[in-house]
Amino acid sequence: MTSNGFLQIAVYVIVLLGLAKPLGGYMARIYRDKSIRPMRWVGSIESLIYRLGGVKPEQEMRWTEYAAALLVFNLLGLIAVYALQRFQSYLPLNPQHLAAVTPDSAFNTAVSFATNTNWQGYGGETTMSYLTQTLGLTVQNFASAATGMAVLVALIRGFIRRNQETIGNFWVDMTRSTLYILLPLSLLLALALVAQGVVQTFSPYQTVALAEAVSYEQPKLGADGQPVKNHEGKPVLEKIEVREQTLALGPAASQIAIKQLGTNGGGFFNVNSAHPFENPTPLSNFLEMLSILLIPAALCYTFGAMVGDTRQGWAILAAMTVIFVALVFVTVPAEQYGNPVLASLGTDQAPSAAQPGGNMEGKETRFGIVNSALWAVVTTSASNGSVNAMHDSFTPIGGMIPMWLMQLGEVVYGGVGSGLYGMIVFALVAVFVAGLMIGRTPEYLGKKIEAFEMKMASVAILIPPLVVLGGAAIAVMVAAGKSSVFNPGAHGFSEVLYAFSSAGNNNGSAFAGLSANTPFYNFMLGLAMLFARYWLAVPVLAIAGSLAAKKIVPAGSGTLPTHTPLFMALLIGTVLMVGALTFIPALALGPIVEHLQMTK
Amino acid sequence: MFKVIKPAAMMLVMLTLLTGVIYPALVTGLAQALFPAQANGSLIRDSQGKAVGSALIGQSFSNGKYFWGRPSATAPYPYNAGASSGSNLGPINPALADAVKTRIEALRAADPENKTPVPVDLVTASGSGLDPHISPAAAEYQVNRIAKARRIDPDKLREMVRSHTEGRQWGFLGEPKANVLALNRALDAIR
Repeated sequence: MTSNGFLQIAVYVIVLLGLAKPLGGYMARIYRDKSIRPMRWVGSIESLIYRLGGVKPEQEMRWTEYAAALLVFNLLGLIAVYALQRFQSYLPLNPQHLAAVTPDSAFNTAVSFATNTNWQGYGGETTMSYLTQTLGLTVQNFASAATGMAVLVALIRGFIRRNQETIGNFWVDMTRSTLYILLPLSLLLALALVAQGVVQTFSPYQTVALAEAVSYEQPKLGADGQPVKNHEGKPVLEKIEVREQTLALGPAASQIAIKQLGTNGGGFFNVNSAHPFENPTPLSNFLEMLSILLIPAALCYTFGAMVGDTRQGWAILAAMTVIFVALVFVTVPAEQYGNPVLASLGTDQAPSAAQPGGNMEGKETRFGIVNSALWAVVTTSASNGSVNAMHDSFTPIGGMIPMWLMQLGEVVYGGVGSGLYGMIVFALVAVFVAGLMIGRTPEYLGKKIEAFEMKMASVAILIPPLVVLGGAAIAVMVAAGKSSVFNPGAHGFSEVLYAFSSAGNNNGSAFAGLSANTPFYNFMLGLAMLFARYWLAVPVLAIAGSLAAKKIVPAGSGTLPTHTPLFMALLIGTVLMVGALTFIPALALGPIVEHLQMTK
Repeated sequence: MFKVIKPAAMMLVMLTLLTGVIYPALVTGLAQALFPAQANGSLIRDSQGKAVGSALIGQSFSNGKYFWGRPSATAPYPYNAGASSGSNLGPINPALADAVKTRIEALRAADPENKTPVPVDLVTASGSGLDPHISPAAAEYQVNRIAKARRIDPDKLREMVRSHTEGRQWGFLGEPKANVLALNRALDAIR
């Protein structure tokens, strides 16, 4: 690794952690229902929304009511996105006259955006009209992020409240997350991105003249639309000369801003943030990468502030950061080392002041190795899933780390809200394990952790691995699953395992060689995303409800303090142990075998 | 059940208006007012005002008189800016080694005297298939070929590459790079 590489990574981590306290403190005020002076006028918009929506903001909900509101709201959003895709050819703002999306792909995409996964089986610029992108996908980018934040806030209330039946109001938590946090940040980021060159327009695609004409051959089609064949039965090729370039445009910046801030990750264009119109400069890259982890990291501080002991938040943030930094320093060197196969062909892969070197297949020159590999770790530690390089072309180890980060359950920072509530579930398991070791009833933040909480925590931790491993196993057994594989050998298995790891943890990134836009994968991955999202969110709300009803026990001499390095180590150990024991056998069949083949 | 569906539907409508209509419209209005060039694709125009490319999107060059950019995996032809795509070839896929071998042979055939190892970015497909840049090393690798084809002093060409090379943003972000379309337009402007 180069010294500049260390510098870029260090600056990133320092800025990220430096913003955790100011933003986290601001969010704590928002969720405590305090108004922020310069944003007081937003309060009138907020009340207007409640009035028009027929919502009584002061009405508290039990956890079951909270969960029902969340599920119905997400279901309606899913239906809206499905309908927009199916009818886009009849609707306005479709200057490229894109056709209706197929039912299976539309289902998959609707689930994907409602569940904050943003797995994409389609290519944006060739599939979705401007109307579908803004009115459907952008809205769900906000809604799904706000949903995750609402669940987290409800869980935090579970720790704060004592002997109460209710955990807050879903509509209020969702609306305040959107109005005070996601929208203002998105507006700022979107404008900064446009300044760097991200497009934002409702005009049709732009045609420009090419400096040098390009020609290619394609099978000639007869009047019946079938390829014409010559006397040997081979298709006749015709030469096509292209003199113009069509530049895909669109209202990209507004969607990209929330795609990053809401840990959604769904690209406006097919290649996501590798596209120069989606991520044009190293600065736009830095801002987008920062936005991915900004809210998840800051929410740790919010958690600490809301439970009245900021050390609790810092401890969790520190545990996440330890895992994150360690894995950055596996992926970046793996990619910088490059590909021995290409080295033997006479390429120069040594980094220098004049070239990034390393494994450049699928990477952009302006980002080089460091920013591509760092982004891969960032996007998979958060449940973001946007990419600025093609993960399918990463080295085996460089691609394994992103896959494993997803398999850990998206709790190293994780998605907005969902990452921290996932990590708190792991913290419950950690105190439970510690409790077993010292023979006392486990407590966390003054709440006794009992059988009900542990059952719910087990459900939340075991469902994703079941979906990932079960789904991948089915896919490699049936023809419909195997026929979509693109790369041969162990890497092909990695493509399938990566797809289910991504969908089964609501990440959304892909080893994109896999042809996932087939009825089989659209359906299977759609199911995986639904399970992964709601079979976590609902048990977490159940835990919140159960905790809120308990009294708070004062810490005694037998209480395990949960802000110490000892607890951090215990938490890291729990996360890594579950992740390692569950997934190393599967990883051995994919990236590990491939690495051995590559270096033999 | 209806008790939940009604507020859910109304709140979805509210949120859609706010984040799906007002927000994109506001960003578009501000973007078009403050940064019209960037918001519309950073177009490059010739002296007659005709759009001849984007400063951010690469174009395909195969003539020996031009700088060649990164290989592009877009279909059905390279640098198709209407359908971005990477190759998605895995590191030990034989198709990757074959493609790289073919590209190295093409570079060597165009410039037989150049025996130096090829900078890796010049023979590997970019992530987007639209990468407008090459590394300074990849530009230097091509200088002698172009100088010979155009009968100009290689050092003059090197000076041109240097002046078109952008360093790291803010001195440390990203990688040094040169815009291929800008380089080739400058080449055509020489004569």
